[in-house]
Amino acid sequence: MTDESRSGDRTKHPHVSERGLKLPVLGAVSMDRRQALKVIAIAAATPALVSCKPGEEASEVVMTPAPVSNPRARGDAWDPDLIAPTVPWERSLTSDELQSLAVLCDVIIPADERSQSASQLGAHDFIDEWVSAPYEANQSDKVLVRGGLVWLDSEASERFGEGTRFRELTPDQQISICDDICYVPNADSGREAAARFFDKVRDLTSTAFWTTPEGMEDLQYLGNVPLPRWDPPPPEVLQHIGLE
Amino acid sequence: MVGQPDGGQVTLKAQDDYDAIIVGSGAAGGMSAYVLACSGVKVLMLEAGRDYDPVSETPMFQLPFDAPLRAAGTAEKPFGFYDATVDGGWRVPGEPYSSAEGTDFLWWRARMLGGRTNHWGRISLRMGEYDYKPRSRDGLGLDWPMSYEDVAPYYDKTEALIGVYGSNEGLENTPNSSPGVLLPPPAPRAEELLTQRICRERLNIPVVPAHLAILTQPLEADRIARMLWPNNEMARRVTAESMRTRAACYYATPCGRGCSIKANFQSPTVLLPPALATGNLDIITNAMVREVTVDANGRATGVHYIDKTTRLEEHVRARVVILTASACESARILLNSKSSLFPDGLSNGNGLVGKYVMDTVGAGVQGQIPALENMPPHNADGASAMHLYMPWWLYQDQARDQLDFARGYHIEFGGGRKMPGFGSFGGIEPLTAGSYGQRFKEDCRRYYGSFLGFDGRGEMIPNDNCYCEIDPEQVDEWGIPTLRFHWTWSDHELNQARHMQRTFEEIIETMGGHVLSTIHEDGAKAIARPGEIIHEVGGVIMGNDPSRSVLNEFCQSWEVDNLFVADGGCFVSNADKNPTLSIMAIAWRASDYIVGQMNERNF
Ligand SMILES: Cc1cc2nc3c(=O)[nH]c(=O)nc-3n(C[C@H](O)[C@H](O)[C@H](O)COP(=O)(O)OP(=O)(O)OC[C@H]3O[C@@H](n4cnc5c(N)ncnc54)[C@H](O)[C@@H]3O)c2cc1C
Ligand code: SF4
Repeated sequence: MTDESRSGDRTKHPHVSERGLKLPVLGAVSMDRRQALKVIAIAAATPALVSCKPGEEASEVVMTPAPVSNPRARGDAWDPDLIAPTVPWERSLTSDELQSLAVLCDVIIPADERSQSASQLGAHDFIDEWVSAPYEANQSDKVLVRGGLVWLDSEASERFGEGTRFRELTPDQQISICDDICYVPNADSGREAAARFFDKVRDLTSTAFWTTPEGMEDLQYLGNVPLPRWDPPPPEVLQHIGLE
Repeated sequence: MVGQPDGGQVTLKAQDDYDAIIVGSGAAGGMSAYVLACSGVKVLMLEAGRDYDPVSETPMFQLPFDAPLRAAGTAEKPFGFYDATVDGGWRVPGEPYSSAEGTDFLWWRARMLGGRTNHWGRISLRMGEYDYKPRSRDGLGLDWPMSYEDVAPYYDKTEALIGVYGSNEGLENTPNSSPGVLLPPPAPRAEELLTQRICRERLNIPVVPAHLAILTQPLEADRIARMLWPNNEMARRVTAESMRTRAACYYATPCGRGCSIKANFQSPTVLLPPALATGNLDIITNAMVREVTVDANGRATGVHYIDKTTRLEEHVRARVVILTASACESARILLNSKSSLFPDGLSNGNGLVGKYVMDTVGAGVQGQIPALENMPPHNADGASAMHLYMPWWLYQDQARDQLDFARGYHIEFGGGRKMPGFGSFGGIEPLTAGSYGQRFKEDCRRYYGSFLGFDGRGEMIPNDNCYCEIDPEQVDEWGIPTLRFHWTWSDHELNQARHMQRTFEEIIETMGGHVLSTIHEDGAKAIARPGEIIHEVGGVIMGNDPSRSVLNEFCQSWEVDNLFVADGGCFVSNADKNPTLSIMAIAWRASDYIVGQMNERNF
C-alpha cells in the first residue's frame, strides 16, 4: 500500500489489495503467527469495524475499504499524508559508506536461525534515511556516523596493515576493534567518540531491525490485529509471572 | 467531517443571525456546541485550524516501518509521525509565544477541527469533593464557587455521552459514577497485574481500573439518549443516531493517532456530528479569532477573525460569545480585545485575566523488571492506553501533616509487549554492558516487554508568579499579539515531584526491577517543565467575588454578561485528575445556564 511511495530497497511487507472482504476473527491466543501476519497485512490495507451488539459476541470483523491516501493533508512536514507516507528528503551517504555500514550493522545484529541479519532487512539504508533527515539532531548524527566509519577504517589500517578496510577484516578482527568501543563507560580515553558512534549505530540498527515485519515476528509481537473482545492474559503468562 | 460532501473546508457565508459564537472546536467548544445546538440555539463555530475527519484521515494499522524515520518524533511531529496532530505540537507554524527570563514554558497546541481531542490521552478522571474546595481543606490556593455535588450530574452526563470505561471503587476523593454510566474496564495486562499485586500487598498503594474515554462495548444509544435528554426529542434522535455509528474498541492501534471507528472520544467524531445533525450549527474552519467586539454599552457583539485562506479580517455577530479556544488562548483573546471601554482587555477590569495559570506536576521513572523477561508470546495491545492506575492514596497522611507537600498525585504506568517502535531498545546498555552481535540479538529478545514506566501526575497550587500576558514585542503571522509566560513552582510542587520519583523507585525495586532513570534529590530536577504535561488551565478563573475572579460559576464574565469562557481557563485549582473530563462537564453546565438565560430573554 504505502511501499510504492517509499524509495529504497528495504524488504516489502506483505501487500494485500482485497477490498470490503469479511474474514473470521481469530482469537488472539489461538492465532498462530502465520495467521496473525495475514490479518495484519489485510488490516494494514483496510481499517476494520468490529460490529457487535451489547451482550452478543462479535464473530467477525467487517472490513471496509481503506483510504489509500489522504487528499486533505497538505503534504508538508506539519501536515503530512499519514495514510501514504513518503520520505521527502534525499539520501546522502555514498555507496562506499553504505557498504561499510552494512557490514557494521551485521556485526551488531547477525543472521541466526530465527531471522536474517540487520543489513538483509535494510538497516544501513534506514541509517542513511536517518542521517539524511534535515533536522539538527540528525545532521549531527551524520557527522558522528561518517566520522565513525572513517575511524573504523583507520583503526583497521593501524591494527591490521596499511590500507586494510574494516569491512574486509575477519569476524575476529572486527570484534577486536568493536570490543574496544562497544560500551561508552568502558571506552579508553581517545576512543570516546568512536564509542558514541558505535552506540548510535547500534541504536539505529536495532530500531531498523526490530520494526520490520520480520523483526516484529522474531520478537513474537502479536498485536496490531483487530480483536472482537479483550481477554485476560493466557494462563501460561500468569504462570510466568507467578500470578496463577 | 460530517455534512461536507466536497471534503474541503467548510466555506460558508456566515449569516448575521446567530444566537451564539463559539471560538474553538476542541473539548470545550465541541461540548458547548453539542449542548447548545441540541437545545435549539443557533451556533456559529470558528476554528483556527483546518477541517479534519478522523474517519478517513486516521492511519489505523500503518506500521512504524511505513513511516519516515520509523515514525520517530520530529520538530513538526513531536509525538511521532502518526500522532493525530495537525499544525501543532510544541510549536505552531507562524504562531510563536515566548517565556519571560527564567521561565521555560512549553505550550502544546493544535490547529485542526477538534483541537487536541484528536490526540489526547483519553484519561478521564473526575475531580472529587476535596478538589472543588481545596482552600477550605488546607488553606492554600482557591476554592471553586461550586461544589462537587453541583457538577456531579454533568460528570454523569458527559461520561455517558462520550463513553468512559472504569469502575466505581468508592475511594477517598475519587468519586463513583452513577449506576449505568461507566463502561466495563478491560481486563488488566500481565505487567499491570504484577504491579497491582506488588503495590497492594507490599506497599499499600491501590491499583484500580483506570478511566478512559474508550468504548469497551457499543453504547446503548437509546437508553443513554433518553437519559441525557428526557424532554427533547430532537436531541435524543441526533444523539442516538450518532452513537450508533460508533464501534467498540478492537484493541489494536494507538489511540493517539485518533480512531477511525470512533471508539474513543474525539470532538469531531462524538460531539460535532450530532451538533451538526440538528441543523443548528455552522462551522467555519481556518478562522483565527483575534478579538471580541463590544458595543457602546460594553456588551459583546461578535468577534473579528482572520480568514486564513484570504488573510483578510472578517466580522461575525451574535447575541452571545463563548470562548473555548483553550485556557491560555482564551485569555489571549480577552487581553487582545481592547477598546476605550476596556483599555486593559475585555473582562479584565481587576487585572486577573492571564493570572493563575496552572499545569500538572509531572515526574517519571523507567524500570526494567526481570519477572517480565522472556514472557510467553501473547497479544498485549489492549485499549492502547492503560487499563489500571493508582489514584492518590495518602490523603490522611497529608491531613496529619506528614508529607512536605499539600496535594496529591496519581500514577500512570505502562510498558510490556508493545509494538516495537523507534528506540524500543535504546538505552539498554546498562543492562547489557554494551553487548552486540548474537548476544545483543538475544538480549533484545529477552528484554523485550520487560520495561515499565511510571509517571506521576500531581496537583499544582495556583500562585501569583504563574501567569501569561501579551508580549509587547511579538505578533503571530495573522498580526495578532502573542503570549508571554511567567512561571515559578512552589515547594509543594517540587517536593511532590521528588516524592513521586522515590515512590516509583520503591515500586520498581520491590518488584525486583532495575531503576533506569536518575532519581533526583532535588525536586527541581525531577519535575517536568511547566506546560510539559499539557494540562494547562486557569488564566480566566471563576469565583464568587467579582473583584477576585473573572467569571462566575457558569463561566459567565462578571463584566460582560453575554460573554463566556467555557474552557479550562475557568479552573481555579488543578487537581491531579487530568482536566478534560471536568472541562467538558463544566462546559455542559455553563451551556445549560446559557440556554436558561436565553429562554428568559436575558441576552
Ligand atoms: C498528547 C496529549 C495528551 C493528553 N492527554 C490527556 C488526558 O489523557 N486526559 C486529559 O484530561 N487531558 C489530556 N490532554 C489535555 C487535553 O487535550 C486538553 O485538556 C483539552 O483538549 C482541552 O480542551 P479545549 O477545548 O480547551 O482545547 P483544545 O482541545 O486545544 O481546542 C481548542 C481549539 O481552539 C482553537 N483555537 C485556538 N485559538 C483560536 C482562535 N484564536 N480562533 C479560533 N480557534 C482557536 C484551536 O485550534 C483548537 O482546535 C492531553 C493533551 C495532549 C496534547
Ligand atoms: S485502541 Fe481502540 S479506541 Fe484506541 S484507536 Fe485503537 S480501536 Fe480506537
